Order: sequence, then structure tokens, then C-alpha cells
Amino acid sequence: MIFVSFGKFGKMSYISETKVADFVKHLEEGKIMATRCSKCGKLYFPPRADCPDDLSTDMTWEELSGRCKLLTYTTAHFAPTGFEDDLPYTIALAQCEEGVNVYALLSKDIKENETHIGMDLRLTPLRLPNGKITYELKKA
Amino acid sequence: MSVAIVGVGQTPFSRNCGISIRELCFEAFRDALEDINLTPKEIDASIVCSAPEYDKQRSPAGLVSEYLGLTPKPTFYAESICSSSSTGVKVGYSFIKSGLQDTVAVIGFQKMSEISSAEVQERMGRGADIQWESPFGTMMPAGYAMYAHAHIQKYGTTEEQLAKVKVKSGKYSLLNPLAMYRRAVTLEECLEARVIASPLKLFDCCANADGASCVIMASEEKAKKITDTPVWVAGIGAASDTLSTTSRTNLTGLTCAVEAAKQAYKMAHIEPKDVDVVEVHDCFTIAEIMAYENLGFCKPGEGGKLIEESQTYIGGKIPVNVDGGLLSKGHPIGATGGSQIRTIVLQLQGRAGKTQVDGAEVGLVHNIGGIGVYGNVTILRR
Repeated sequence: MIFVSFGKFGKMSYISETKVADFVKHLEEGKIMATRCSKCGKLYFPPRADCPDDLSTDMTWEELSGRCKLLTYTTAHFAPTGFEDDLPYTIALAQCEEGVNVYALLSKDIKENETHIGMDLRLTPLRLPNGKITYELKKA
Repeated sequence: MSVAIVGVGQTPFSRNCGISIRELCFEAFRDALEDINLTPKEIDASIVCSAPEYDKQRSPAGLVSEYLGLTPKPTFYAESICSSSSTGVKVGYSFIKSGLQDTVAVIGFQKMSEISSAEVQERMGRGADIQWESPFGTMMPAGYAMYAHAHIQKYGTTEEQLAKVKVKSGKYSLLNPLAMYRRAVTLEECLEARVIASPLKLFDCCANADGASCVIMASEEKAKKITDTPVWVAGIGAASDTLSTTSRTNLTGLTCAVEAAKQAYKMAHIEPKDVDVVEVHDCFTIAEIMAYENLGFCKPGEGGKLIEESQTYIGGKIPVNVDGGLLSKGHPIGATGGSQIRTIVLQLQGRAGKTQVDGAEVGLVHNIGGIGVYGNVTILRR
């Protein structure tokens, strides 16, 4: 097994070790993966390695289509330490067509005045300038 | 056996208080013991409450206990971020109700001015899910702003209605000598202020502060010896919601507050209409509007209308945050719940001065930790 560090995920990473570190490997391949509990069938995103409903750890990876709708958002004009250079940036919560939610930034291509709750979006992997990788929500 | 609050104390809330955390706690403690028949040596246990990220001191309970002269009595630390001291009061209630202790001091404090606002936001951002949400640069205003946008979209709540919460806060701040910002603000000032996290602007947000609060609790028998004006804990509710935003099912209200309120009303055998005066956790203007709804003072979606019609001023249907709230007092995280309880206790004792709600018999405190993660509702009765 090749060791993958989760520390590659996101502009700032606060953890490197997790059972779902393979998420980063899939992301590098252009796929955004959720996990599904083999026992009860529940889909998890962000992916979890452990199902709290039946205490199962038997999970399988499953790719998300990326099609989602905007649930809510905010454009930040003040940032915590480490994010100042990105201002202003829009944090969004979107619902994927598979029913799970994703928390991510809206692509800078989407202007604030065209942002509206309910708009169609596409969840897409994004390589960051510092060699790290994340995902963002682009116009559908 | 009932449990009473027999003493309440608070320091001024300020930026750059210029004293150490042990001294802040001492000031609130001394204030709480003023005019009651109780000495430090008669206190059976202490619970020290704050959020641990802001101070250099590790394990502050031992330090505070020593400085307040409470050793060798048991002491420990309680934390639920911004609702830490409400959690402390709940634990204190359990201690007394179980008969383990007769008197408990709950001391909440925070000294946030040792680090910059950006650093504070970074620590608060790590109060979100650090694996899946903090890497996107989240922070407290952003979390509540997302609720605000959803509330505006679903119910037609307006930015003017949000601003009116701050206008009320500013009006009452002038009457609270312990508030950090004692200044009336106009609707125009609020609407024209710079955006922090859309749609929330500067005056929609509370500010970091230094400060301490203290709540002294006692058993029924002891309480009657300590003071002639005990205030009784009639109901306590506590609940949690997911830390992660992605798992939230309700984006227009705080489910943890609804659940905590349900528990507290049931325990106190009362309904929202029986409450005379309220303190809610207005860390942001939208939080106060959602609190009106979540506590049952109006229907979901009608919170904006309630402030629009000035129903939460003294003389309205239900006076809320007549001490200025977090928006004007400032929000020294661990001290906030104790400060809210202090305001309601003074109201029920008839000691609230110019902000006294006439004939107040029943009061309610709504104190939330994180972005709706820890919900705490405490109902007090004269």
C-alpha cells in the first residue's frame, strides 16, 4: 500500500493522517469520491471510514457526479490568518445530486451578483499554486 | 429540593484589560459575593469555564481556584466554547441536586486581547471541521452569514431587519456600564458599514473582548441562609448539533437551540408566553432573529418582523437583551453565559436599574457554543 498524506488537501491542512487519505489519491486522478457503507448502504460525503449507524468499517469508494445546487453561501471580506491573500472569497454549501452536501469555495469566475441560492454548480478538482490539491464549485 | 443562584458578578468587558486572567476572575468573584452571606471558604467546589485556545496558561482551573482562595476544594474546567459558563452552571446544578455539594462557584473568563483578531478568527475557524471545512478559510462570521443568506432566501428577512437588532443593542448599551461599546448606532450606520462576510457587516458582528463572570449556586436550604433574594433554576436544557456544516439539515435555525429550549420549558412547566425577560446569544444579528424563532417567541420566519415591530424592546411583547447583548457588551467567550445569567438574575431580583422589566418573574437565557453546535437554555424564576 502506498502511503498517501492527507496533508496535500486544501490550502491549509491541519491534519495529515486519516483512514480516508486515499481521497487525495483519487482527487489527483480527477475524481471526487464519497464512501458508501457496505452494510447499511448509506452514502457519506465528506467521506468517512466508519459508519456510526451500524458501527461498520466496511466502506467502498464511490465517485460523485459533481452536479450540485447551491444551498447557501457567504463572501468573506475578512479572513483568518493564512487566507488573507485570497480575499474576497466565497464559501458555499451545495447539495450534490446524490443527496450529500459539500462545503467548498465558489470559483472566482462566478461574480457575486450572479450568485444565487438554488443555482446549478459543478464540483471540480482544483490544483493549487503551492502544489496542493482541493476542489471548488464552478458554474454548471 | 430546588437549586438557587445566590450571587452573580461580572467585570467590565473591554479590549486590552491590562490585568491577568486570575485577577479578572477575582474581580467577578468578589462582585458575586458582595452583599451575600457567604465567604470563599464556605464554597464547596468551583467550575472554571473558558475556551482554551486564547490563553497561555494551561489548565486554568487550578490557578483560578488558588487565587480565589478555594483550595483544597475540588475544581475543574468546563468547556463548550461560547457557552462554557452555561455548561458550568448545568454541571453545578447537577452537583447540588445530587447532594454532592451544597455551594458551587461557576467562574467564566476569557482574555482575547493577547492575540490579534485574525489569529482569533483562525482559532475560531478551527472550531469548524478541521479536516473538511477549515482548509477553506472558514470563520465564525462566515458560518452565521451562511445562515443569514438562507434565512433571507427562505423567509424574505431583510438586511434592515438584521440592522435593527444592532440598533436595539446600541440603545440599551448606553444603560450598561459594563458594556465594551456604549454607543447608540443608527440604521444607516449599520447598513453602510463595511462587509465582513456577506450579508453580515461590521455592526452585525459582536467583538472579541476580555472579561470574567461569576455565578454562585446553592442548595435550597443553604440559599435561604445566604440571601433573601435567591433566584431559582426552574429549567435547564442542553443539546448538540453536528460540528460540520455539511451534515446540517436546517440552515435557517439552530436545531440545538430548539431542542435545548424544549427540554428547559418542559422541566420548568412553562411555555414561551410565560417568559418575562430574555437573554439570547446575539453573537451576530441573524443569531438573535433565529433565537426569537427557535425559542418560540414567534413562528419560524417571523423573527425579522418581531424586531421590525420593536416587540423585543422593553414594553414590547418580549424584551430581549436589554443589557445590550453580545453585540454591545463584547463576547469574552467563557464569560458570556455567566454574564447573560447575571443580567437575568438582576432582573428577577428587581436590581436591573434603568433597564428593569417591571414585575419580571420568569427569565430565560439562550447561550450557544460554536456555529450552533452546543445549545444551552436556562430558565430562572424569582
